[in-house]
Amino acid sequence: MMAQRGYWANLRTGLRTVWTGLRLTFRHLKQARRRRAPVPIWDPSYFRQPDGQVTIRYPHEAIPVPDTGRYRLHNHIDDCIGCLKCARVCPVDCITIETIKAVEDLGTTSNGQKKRLWIARFDIDMAKCCYCGLCTMVCPTECLTMTKVHDFSEFDRDNMVYHFANLTPEEAEEKRRLAEAAAARPTAPVREGASEKPAAGSGKPAFAPRAVPRGQSAPPGQAGAPATRPAFAPGAVPGPEPEQSGEAEPKAETSSPQAEERKPTPRPFVFKRKES
Amino acid sequence: MGSGMEFFIALLGPVLGVMFVALLVASFIALYTLAAVYAERKVSAFIQDRVGPLETGPRGLLQTVADILKLLLKEDIVPRMADKPLWVVAPFVVFSAVFVGYAVMPFGPELVAANLNVGVLFITAFAAFEVAGLLLAGWGSNNKYALYGAVRSVAQVISYEIPAGLAVLSVVLLAGTLNLQEIVLQQGIGASGPRHLFGLPFLPDVSALGGLFTWNVLAYPHLLIAFAIYFIASLAEVNRAPFDIPEAESELVAGYHTEYGGIKFAFFYLAEYGGMLLVGLIGAVLFLGGWHSPLPNLGPVRLADWTTGPIWGIFWLLLKGFAAVFVHMWARWTLPRLRVDQLMYLCWKVLTPFAVAMVVVSAFWASWR
Repeated sequence: MMAQRGYWANLRTGLRTVWTGLRLTFRHLKQARRRRAPVPIWDPSYFRQPDGQVTIRYPHEAIPVPDTGRYRLHNHIDDCIGCLKCARVCPVDCITIETIKAVEDLGTTSNGQKKRLWIARFDIDMAKCCYCGLCTMVCPTECLTMTKVHDFSEFDRDNMVYHFANLTPEEAEEKRRLAEAAAARPTAPVREGASEKPAAGSGKPAFAPRAVPRGQSAPPGQAGAPATRPAFAPGAVPGPEPEQSGEAEPKAETSSPQAEERKPTPRPFVFKRKES
Repeated sequence: MGSGMEFFIALLGPVLGVMFVALLVASFIALYTLAAVYAERKVSAFIQDRVGPLETGPRGLLQTVADILKLLLKEDIVPRMADKPLWVVAPFVVFSAVFVGYAVMPFGPELVAANLNVGVLFITAFAAFEVAGLLLAGWGSNNKYALYGAVRSVAQVISYEIPAGLAVLSVVLLAGTLNLQEIVLQQGIGASGPRHLFGLPFLPDVSALGGLFTWNVLAYPHLLIAFAIYFIASLAEVNRAPFDIPEAESELVAGYHTEYGGIKFAFFYLAEYGGMLLVGLIGAVLFLGGWHSPLPNLGPVRLADWTTGPIWGIFWLLLKGFAAVFVHMWARWTLPRLRVDQLMYLCWKVLTPFAVAMVVVSAFWASWR
C-alpha cells in the first residue's frame, strides 16, 4: 500500500499523522493537571467531565454506590421466619439454613407474620453468591436484602461465610431439646418401625415411624403440604422431620431405605437442594 | 624506594582522579535513570489520563527506588542452557558502550573528561559497539525470543547508523573538526570568525550576540532537517518506540533481555536510559549549541555572558538533553511500533536520501563560505 501511494504523498501523510498524534497526546498531557471528580452517577456532571485524569484513587476515594446497589447480602434475623424460600431459590446454593421448631411464642415479624421457628443457622457463603438477588425477591418478610457494601474481600475464604443466626450453639441445643421433648409427647403411642430401633436412643423416633411406614398411604394427605412452607407444613406434627419425608414421598415409594436412612438423624431439617 | 613511592603517588593521583570522575558520572547516570523511569511512568500516565505511581513515597517518588531495591535483592540466576560467559558479560558491554560515550561529552567550558580530537568518531563508534553487547545477550540467552530481538536490533541499529552518521557528517563538514568541544565553542559567544544569521552573508554577524542565534540549527538552517533526521535515527539507535521492535513486548516477550533478571536487567535499563540521554546530549552538542545558553547578549543586558560558566554549562546541556529525553517519551506514548518493512522503508528510502542531501548542502556551504 505504501508503494502505491507515491513517495511524496506518503511522506506528507506520515509527517501529518505523526504531528496530529503528538499534538493529541500533548493535549492530554496538559489536561492531566485536571482530574475527574469522584461524583456518583446521579450527579449531573457525571457525563460532563471529558478532560483530565480519570483514575479514581479507590481506597482513598470512591464513587458512591446507589441505594439500589446489589452487593453483600444482609439478613435482619429478627424478621426471618425460616421459610427457606431464599435457600431454595438460590441458583448457586450459597444459603444454608437450620431451623428448630419453637415451643414457646416467638412473636411476630415487623410485618406481622407469626414466627414459629428458631433459626439455629443462617449462613450465606458470599464467595459463592452470584448477586442475582433472587433470594431477596422471594423473601416474604423482606428481611433478606442486598446492601451497598461491595468491598469485603478476605484473606481466608472461610471468612466469606456470613453467619446471621442469633442463637449460640448452646442455645440452639437447648431449643432443639425442647422441641424434641415437645415432639415426643403427643405421639407417645408409638407404632414401632423396625428400622427405627438403632436411632431410638436419639430420642427422636417418636413420629418417624408414622411418616415412613405410611409412606404408601400418606401421599393424598400430605400432598397438600405446600412445598414452599416446609418447616411447619405438618402443622401439629412436631419437628421438621415429617415434612422431610413428605417431600421425599414420591421417592420414598421407590427407595424407602433412603428415607429410613435419613430419618434417624437427630438433627432438625436442613435444606438440601438435591433432595427436592 | 622513595622515588618509587613518589612515582606511585604521581601515577595514583590521576588514576584516582579519573576513577572519581567516572564514579561521579556513573552515579549520575544511575540517579538520572531512577528519575527518568519515574518521569516516563508519569508522562505515560498523564498522556493516557491516568495518575501513574502515587502510593510509594510522596507522589510516588520512591517507586523507582523500590523497584531498584527489588532488582538488587533478586537472585542472580543464570539459565542452565545459556552460553554463560557471553550471557554474563553482555549487560556490562551494553552499559559500558553507553557509559564511555559520556567521557568525550563537553559539559562546560572546561568540563570535558577526555577532550579527544576524534570525539565524534569515538562516540559514534561506541554507539555502534552497543550492538555487539545486544547480540551477545541475545545469543548467550539461548532463547529464540532473545535471539530474534538481538537480530532485529542489529539490523535496525546498523541501518539507522547511516542516516544518523550522515546527519552528524553534515555538521562536521561545516565545523571542520571532530572535536566535540570545538564544535560547541563555534556555536557561542566565544566563536572565532564571523557567524552570520542563518548563515547568509548579507545578514548581520551574530557571533557577538551569542545565544540562540549562533546555534548550528539557526546558523545553518538546513541543519534543522539534519537534526530531525538525527533525532529520528537516534530513537531507533536506542531501540525506543516507535522503533522498539527489538524488544517488541507483544511479539518477543522482552527481546534480547528476556532471560535477564536482577542486577543484570538493571544494567540493561541503565544502558537504555543512559543511551537516551547520551543521544540527546550529542544532538544538543552538534545542533543546539551544546552547553551554550540560549539567551543572547542584548546590548547592555549581557544574558549570554551571565549565563555561561561551568555550572551554567552543565545546566544548559542537561536541560537540552532532558528535553530530548522527554520528546523520546512523548513519541513513545504517541506512536505505534513500526513494522520491520516500514522500519527499513523509513531508514533507506526516507532518512538516508535526505541525509545525503544535507551532506551535499553542507559540503557546498562549507566550500563557498
